[in-house]
Formats: sequence, C-alpha cells, structure tokens
Amino acid sequence: MNNILVVDEVTKQFGNHTALRSVSLEIPENSIYGLLGPNGAGKTTLIRIINQITYPDQGKVFFGGEALKPEHISQIGYLPEERGLYKNMKVGEQALYLAQLKGLSKHDAKERLKFWFDRFEIGDWWGKKIQELSKGMAQKIQFIVTVLHEPKLLIFDEPFSGFDPINANIIKEEIWNLKENGTSIIFSTHRMESVEELCEYIALIHRAEKILDGKLSDIKKAFKNNIFGVGVTTEAPELLLGELKERYQVLSSSFDSREKQLDFSVQLPNENSTSLLGFLGSKSNVNSFVEAIPSANDIFIRTIQNKGYAHE
Amino acid sequence: MNKLPLIIKREYLAKVRNKSFVIMTFLSPILMVGMILLIAYLTKLNDSEKRVIAVLNESDFFSTEFLSNETTSYVNYRDLTLEEAKDSTINMGYYGLVYVPEENTLELVSQRAFFYSVDAPNTTILESLERIFKERLKQERLRELGISPSEYAEMDRTFQMNISTFEGEQNLKGINEIKAIIGGGFGYLIMMFIIIYGGFVMRSVIEEKTSRIIEVIVSSVKPFQLMLGKIIGTSLAGITQFGIWIVSGTILLFIAMAIFDIDPSDVSGRGAIPAIGQGVNSGIPSADLTMQLYAQELFDIPWGLLITFFLVYFILGYLIYSSIYAAIGAAVDNETDTQQFIFPIILPLMLAIYVGFFSVFSNPHGPIAVGFSIFPLTSPIVMMMRLPGGIGEGGVPVWQLISSILILMATFIGIVWLAAKIYRVGILMYGKKPSYKELFKWLKY
Repeated sequence: MNNILVVDEVTKQFGNHTALRSVSLEIPENSIYGLLGPNGAGKTTLIRIINQITYPDQGKVFFGGEALKPEHISQIGYLPEERGLYKNMKVGEQALYLAQLKGLSKHDAKERLKFWFDRFEIGDWWGKKIQELSKGMAQKIQFIVTVLHEPKLLIFDEPFSGFDPINANIIKEEIWNLKENGTSIIFSTHRMESVEELCEYIALIHRAEKILDGKLSDIKKAFKNNIFGVGVTTEAPELLLGELKERYQVLSSSFDSREKQLDFSVQLPNENSTSLLGFLGSKSNVNSFVEAIPSANDIFIRTIQNKGYAHE
Repeated sequence: MNKLPLIIKREYLAKVRNKSFVIMTFLSPILMVGMILLIAYLTKLNDSEKRVIAVLNESDFFSTEFLSNETTSYVNYRDLTLEEAKDSTINMGYYGLVYVPEENTLELVSQRAFFYSVDAPNTTILESLERIFKERLKQERLRELGISPSEYAEMDRTFQMNISTFEGEQNLKGINEIKAIIGGGFGYLIMMFIIIYGGFVMRSVIEEKTSRIIEVIVSSVKPFQLMLGKIIGTSLAGITQFGIWIVSGTILLFIAMAIFDIDPSDVSGRGAIPAIGQGVNSGIPSADLTMQLYAQELFDIPWGLLITFFLVYFILGYLIYSSIYAAIGAAVDNETDTQQFIFPIILPLMLAIYVGFFSVFSNPHGPIAVGFSIFPLTSPIVMMMRLPGGIGEGGVPVWQLISSILILMATFIGIVWLAAKIYRVGILMYGKKPSYKELFKWLKY
C-alpha cells in the first residue's frame, strides 16, 4: 500500500523547547490515522509542519511521494483545534473566500458550496453573518470549508471537541463517506476514546517523541494480556469460584444473588480459552465471555510506564 | 496562483462595509465643517460684542481722545462726583469707568487716572485705554520739544531688509514658513494616515487572532502574504476614506460658506497661522506687488516633484509603520495589551512633527532638519517639510534626498522582514503575554 504522507525524522525546536524530536510517521493512503497524545506533546506542531505553517528544523515530509511543497496546500484540508470564522462576514462570502484561498475558482467553489449547503440543509444561511449563527451551525460551516476543495488528505485537530452529540455523529458519518471515496484522514486528539472506533492506524506522541505506532488491531493484539471477562448463572457461586481459583488466576469477581449471576475476570496463561470454556460449560450456564481488549488509553499509559516516563 | 488580490479585496471590503467605518466616513466631514462654522460664528460673535465704558473727565488735557470704535463705545459723564459716577456706571450696567482727575500737569493726570470695573478688565480694553494715554503723553512731549505732529509723522520710518540668495534670486520674507507649512501639511497627512490606518491593520490582525480563523487561513496562504494583503487592503480603504473626506469636506465647506456668508479669511487668518500671517503682512509696502511675488513663489514650488516624493515617502513610511502595527497585533491577545508597544511607534512620529514645526520651519536646511530627514523613522515627515524649497541649489541637496530614500528603503526591507517574523510566530501564539524579550526570541524561531 502506498503512503499518502511520510514524516521522516522531523525535529522542531522553539528556543530551548523541543517540540518534536526525530519523529517519523507513515500514513497509508485511504486510511484513518489517529495521532494520539496528551496536550503539549507536539501533535499540533507536527500538523502545522504538514500544513506548511511552520517548517521543520531537521527532517523531511513527503506528500504522495514528493517532498512537501506549497502546491500541496490545495490537496490538504485542515480543521484546526482553534477554529473560527470572521464574525462580521456573511456565511456564503466567507466560505467562498476560504475556498478560493485553497485554490478553487469562484465558479467551482460556488457550485460545491451549493451541494454541501443542500446536503446539510442549510441553504438559507448563505446571507447570514457568522455572529447570528450558533456554535454548532458555525462548526458545520467550518467542516464544509475544510473538505470543500476535495483534498486527498484531511487533518482534523481535536475533531469532536465542542460538537454536540448530534452534530458529532453527522460529521463522523461524513468523514466515513469521505474515507469511502478515497480520502486519507488524520485525527489528532488527546481524547483517545473519541476516535478509537474510527482509526485503523495510530501513533502515540509523548513529550515530543513518537513512542508507538502501527495498525491499531496489531497494537491491541500485542498489548492484550489474555484477560477474559465472564458472566455465568450458577446456584453455587462459592463452590464454582473456589474451583476456578484452583485452576486459573481470577482477578476479580462479583455475585448478584437475585439473578444468580456471577461475574469475574480471569487471566489465562495463553491465548487458548478452550479449556476454560469447557470447564465453565460443564458447571454452569455461560452468559457472556469476552476478551478484555485494552483501550488506546490503556495502551498509552502502559507504554509510558514501560518507557519509564511516568517516574519523571 | 496568486492569492494576494483575493486577500486585498476581502480586507478592503471588510473595512469599507464596516458600519462604524461608513459612519465615520460620512460624519467626519460634517463634523469638521460644523466645527469650522462654529469657530467662525464664535469669532464673529466675539467681535460684534460692544462694550460701553463711562468716562468721567475732569481734566483739560483730555477732550476728544475717547473715541468710540467697533468694539468699545465711550459715554461721557459731566458734573458728577467720582462716587456718583461709580454708582451710575454700575446701575447702567456699563463695562467700567475711566476716571481722569484734574491736575496741573499731564504727567500727574496720567498717574492719578483710574479704570474701575466689576472684574479684572479685559486686556484688549486695557491696552486701548493705555494707548490713548500713551499717545496723549507722546504728543505733549512733542509739543514741549517744539515738534509739530506732521514733522513727527515724517520722522516715523519703517525699514525692511532686502534679502536675496547668492544667485541673485529675491527671497521673500516668510516664504520659507509658507513652504514649510505646505510640506508640513503633507507630512501631517502621512502621520495621520499611519496612526489611523496602522491602528486598523493592528485591530484587524487581533480580530483574526481572537476569532481563531487565522490558523485556517495560514494553512492556505503564507502569513507574509496575508500581512501584506491586509496592509494594502486597509490602506486602499484608507485612501478611499481620505478621498471622500477631502471631496465632501471641500464641497460642504463651500456650501456652508455660501449659506452663512462667511469670509474664509475670517477663519484661516485667525485660526491656524496667525504668527506667520503677521510676519508676512506687517509693514511691507505695496501689498499687491508682494502678494504677486508670493503667488509666483507658490507657483514656483515644484509641485510635480513634491507629489512624486510625497508618494514615495508616503508608501514607504506607511508600509514600515503598518507592518510594525501588524506585528504588534500578532504579538498580543487583545487590544489592551498593545499600549506598551504602541508608544514607541508613536514617539518618532510625534518627534518628526515637533522637530518639523520647531526647527525645520525656521531653518529648513539646518543640521537638525538634515538629521531627522535622513533618519528613517522620521524622514517621511521631516523630508516632506523640507522639499517644497526644491531640490539642489537653495533646496534639499541631492545627496541628502538620495541617502534619505535609500536608508528608508533599507529600513523598509529590514523592518518588514522582522515584522513578518514576529507576525508569523505571534499569530499562532495564544495566551502568552508578550514582552520585548519574548518578541526577540520569536525572531529566532
């Protein structure tokens, strides 16, 4: 698979402060890529470098195989974390202006805007001023402006912060559509759970360095501990639990006496869960049996602990 | 593809469509003309107020000296005591009472004479009274010396030094001041333009920063392009506004003068330049000829040259200052933080104007004038004040003009480069209260 974007050993310093230290990333074409990390890790600086707002001190960025150059701006769409619009300008004029700055002709921009305004059913906003719109309305406009020039790469910095749940869902759907149509997408966020379900690939950035990257499913596989969450119905929970503890490592358990429901989590020595299932099947009625897959958050915290950052 | 025209257009329209801008554009000429009318009216009112002064004259030395004129009329009291005269003056509501006692000599009379009034008297009135006594004393003295008034009149001569350049051109007294005022007008225009529209540029940058749209825009265009587009767009709006002001102000002024029947000299003679007016007019024989010479001199001012260099200095000066304003706007988060940075910009502008009015007017080619017309932050204003004198011999030496413009251009490049750097870093920097130290660090980013 081709990479739409390759970041090669990029370093950026602001005075004595290092914002990025030899960060390398490969973002596959037509994927959704999560750039994860706490606030101040360097994500925004990296995105600004990709958008050619600032330039790396060392290292290179390649877009579609070519070294990044000003012409690429028209192929990238960027929705910054700090987003805003001109308050005194009319919606339509403003969208036209921003689209033209991205290199669209006035005619094309108008046509595409019409399409999007109809799609979001906001055609009657054209002549309104931004200050008359609610925040959610303004965010729709911003989204439209970001994707209007049909960029190959879309970058969303903290995409869902500030969106209400309904709008967030609309936007998520639109992003899926864009992905289906071949666009590559980067999400940058410190709220990892908000994009986990969408991302195929992730990179973790911490204190100016990339500490982990790859396919999310692979990472999760690597990080899982063979812990299973199990729910069974049984008349004799103590007995069952006692027998279980003899054979397996039970981490926690709870019993609901009214429903006769015993919930527990157990860590197996390896991936093979057949023997446990067989044992449980013979003693009780199994209601649920789920492997506890670590969340991106867990993975992040564990990675940091492994690398010894947490003690600093 | 070039996005600069797009930015210029937006900045221009955003400015021109702004409500307060529109209101200011059309209200200012009305206010200005209204103010001029008010001043003219008040001046007239002041002049037309007539004061009545009572005179109790017991002396033979004075008879017809107290003559009523435009501003004062005298009422003579007869056969009253001083106390009665005082009462009467108060009762009649007159401005005051002049008491001239009877004495043997005029000297004694003068020494014992008194002016009574309710409040401390108006200096004009006091002066006119003093003049009456002085004149009377002088005549008396002349009579003692045996000189007739006509003989004395012949004695009184005025003298005017003839002045000329070494090339033999006749110089007119005060022409330097007039020329400097014309140049000063241009310089003042540059300063006003910089302060008003530089401020606009700054506020526009702050607006983009606080509305957070800036990052969207700089992901499409280079910050430098945005800054340049902003400065040009704003200045075009400024030129539009100035144009409207000049045209509508002039028309309004003429209409108002026609309606209210005001003599323009009433206003200009008193208001702006009384000192120069006196310097020009006092005691010069055959006023018509002189006026002709002045007209000739004004005609001889190299207007084409002046306007060309005005444009050069205007554009360079405005670009330098407005890019500093843009950098300030980028460095701060809100307008209240701008004060500490604005003062150092205003300072050279004020200095240029003051140096211009105090030094360049009296000595357009002296060392101070030369220095400030070469120093880049003051040269646009100060050089404009010197230029009406011409270039080359008798005017601004060519080397000074060239070095002034070259230094200004070099400064322009340097300042715009620095400002663009601060701007580029500043627009994406939130929540930091900038200090000069911080700004200096940004230059290295």
